[in-house]
Amino acid sequence: MAPALVWLTALMVVPCALVLALAFFRRGIYGGIDYTFTLENFGLVFDPLYAGIFLKSARIAGTATLIAVVVGYAAAYAIAAAPRRWQPVFLFFAVLPFWSNYLIRTYAWIVLLNREGLITQLLRWFGYAGEPPSMLYTEGAVIAGLVYNYLPFVILACYAPLSRLNPELAEASRDLGASAATTFRRVILPLTVPGIAAGAVFVFVLSIGNFVTPALLGGGRFQMIGNLVYDQFLTANDWPFGAALAMALIAIMLLVLMAQALAADRASGRVAEAKGNVDG
Amino acid sequence: MAERSPATRRTLWFVLTLVFAFLYIPIAVLVALSFNEGGLPTAWSGFSLKWYVSLANNSAILSAALNTLIVALVSTAIATLLGTLLAIGVEMRRQYGRGLEALIFAPMIIPDIVLAIALLSFFSMLNLTMGLHTIILAHVVFNLAFVCSVVRARLKSFDWSIAEASADLGASAITTFRRVTLPVILPAVIAGALLAFTLSVDEFIIAFFTSGAGRASTTLPMQIYAMIRFGITPEINALATIVMAVSIIALTLSQRLNRGIIGQ
Repeated sequence: MAPALVWLTALMVVPCALVLALAFFRRGIYGGIDYTFTLENFGLVFDPLYAGIFLKSARIAGTATLIAVVVGYAAAYAIAAAPRRWQPVFLFFAVLPFWSNYLIRTYAWIVLLNREGLITQLLRWFGYAGEPPSMLYTEGAVIAGLVYNYLPFVILACYAPLSRLNPELAEASRDLGASAATTFRRVILPLTVPGIAAGAVFVFVLSIGNFVTPALLGGGRFQMIGNLVYDQFLTANDWPFGAALAMALIAIMLLVLMAQALAADRASGRVAEAKGNVDG
Repeated sequence: MAERSPATRRTLWFVLTLVFAFLYIPIAVLVALSFNEGGLPTAWSGFSLKWYVSLANNSAILSAALNTLIVALVSTAIATLLGTLLAIGVEMRRQYGRGLEALIFAPMIIPDIVLAIALLSFFSMLNLTMGLHTIILAHVVFNLAFVCSVVRARLKSFDWSIAEASADLGASAITTFRRVTLPVILPAVIAGALLAFTLSVDEFIIAFFTSGAGRASTTLPMQIYAMIRFGITPEINALATIVMAVSIIALTLSQRLNRGIIGQ
């Protein structure tokens, strides 16, 4: 076990500590690093220009998360409601695309959305003769790519609590006079919050730091935090600022994870309460 | 779940159909186009394998595929060895702290781009020439974590008294490991190795940052990224189809050996 710990320390802990340290130094005049302590990199993160990119990234990641959770939950619900022996099969095929290369899955959307792509072809076939609509290189394309790539995980995360749901709870709710909608809203939904929270956090965290999808489906001029970090390290050669941005990204991630833990905690309280009511 | 009305059942099937269409249409289009003579989505002009042939003659792609294979094989071998030892060490001594737990899980949680720039900064600060070897060093970090967690899951149900019995009967620690512990956990070790191999073959961001300049250390995902940025060529469709097929086969195998990561 010692060699593994040495490896992890040397190639993960030390490099990450190094990035944290980098964020507190100045950028050298010719790029590189000037080893004088400063906090201005963190100040720069809050500069309206960069704060704007953070907000935009959060908006895009948030929209993708919302869509992925709604669609993924519906899919997980439908799978959990299918006959028992079909459920593992549906689940397997829902997760299968997730196992293929991320770049290739993103590329598939370029093929679909480009001016001569399938969607344009379909529109023509239905008699549309005008200019092909511009779908690629838009915010919508980036969101579609993110939802597509992370949807299987949401399905998996939501299926777990849905399949374990005690049917007696829903029956009891209906016997007490609740409509199907009320039963869903007041019984099923609250009990499956941990799955929803896990799926949502996964999509949000991976989306907000993503640079591949914005670069490919957003067409280069489209900047999110990940692209900004990428640029600071590989183009602008301003490593201290890039490091500060990366730290901000980690901070956002930790906040989101804490919120998830809180949601899961509350939900487990509710589960215990519901169980108590049924048993009593 | 409880009995449902026919209307509800229809709605549920409708939802499933839509979601599966959403998941599979992009992939199906890609695979279909890879066999299209014309290669472009404009029209189906006949079945052809010519894009696979031109792929087989593309030296840049072949050398990238070879690099990927080297990186994946070497990093998988190192990670499987270290990850298995780590799993055994951690499971044998249960009184490890939360710090160790965090250390083992961290590589799976840290965003790729953060680990990538951290390693880039670290390697360049050490004045290391970057290339395939630095990609391998980096890939072991996250592969190790995945192998370790797969093996640990298996060890949870391992009866340590058998290992003690073997020691009592006079076997050395190495013999006990080779003849008792290893045979029990072997399916998990192989499953972990297959998982690590697939992750390494598919990994792009960390390889991209730790490869240094130059074509000599371009891996397949880096090559695919460059091709996609350049524009759509039918060759990518063929390449994508092959890569998808290979990763799906490897992961299905891993799944079979170690029923449990998904769906159980």
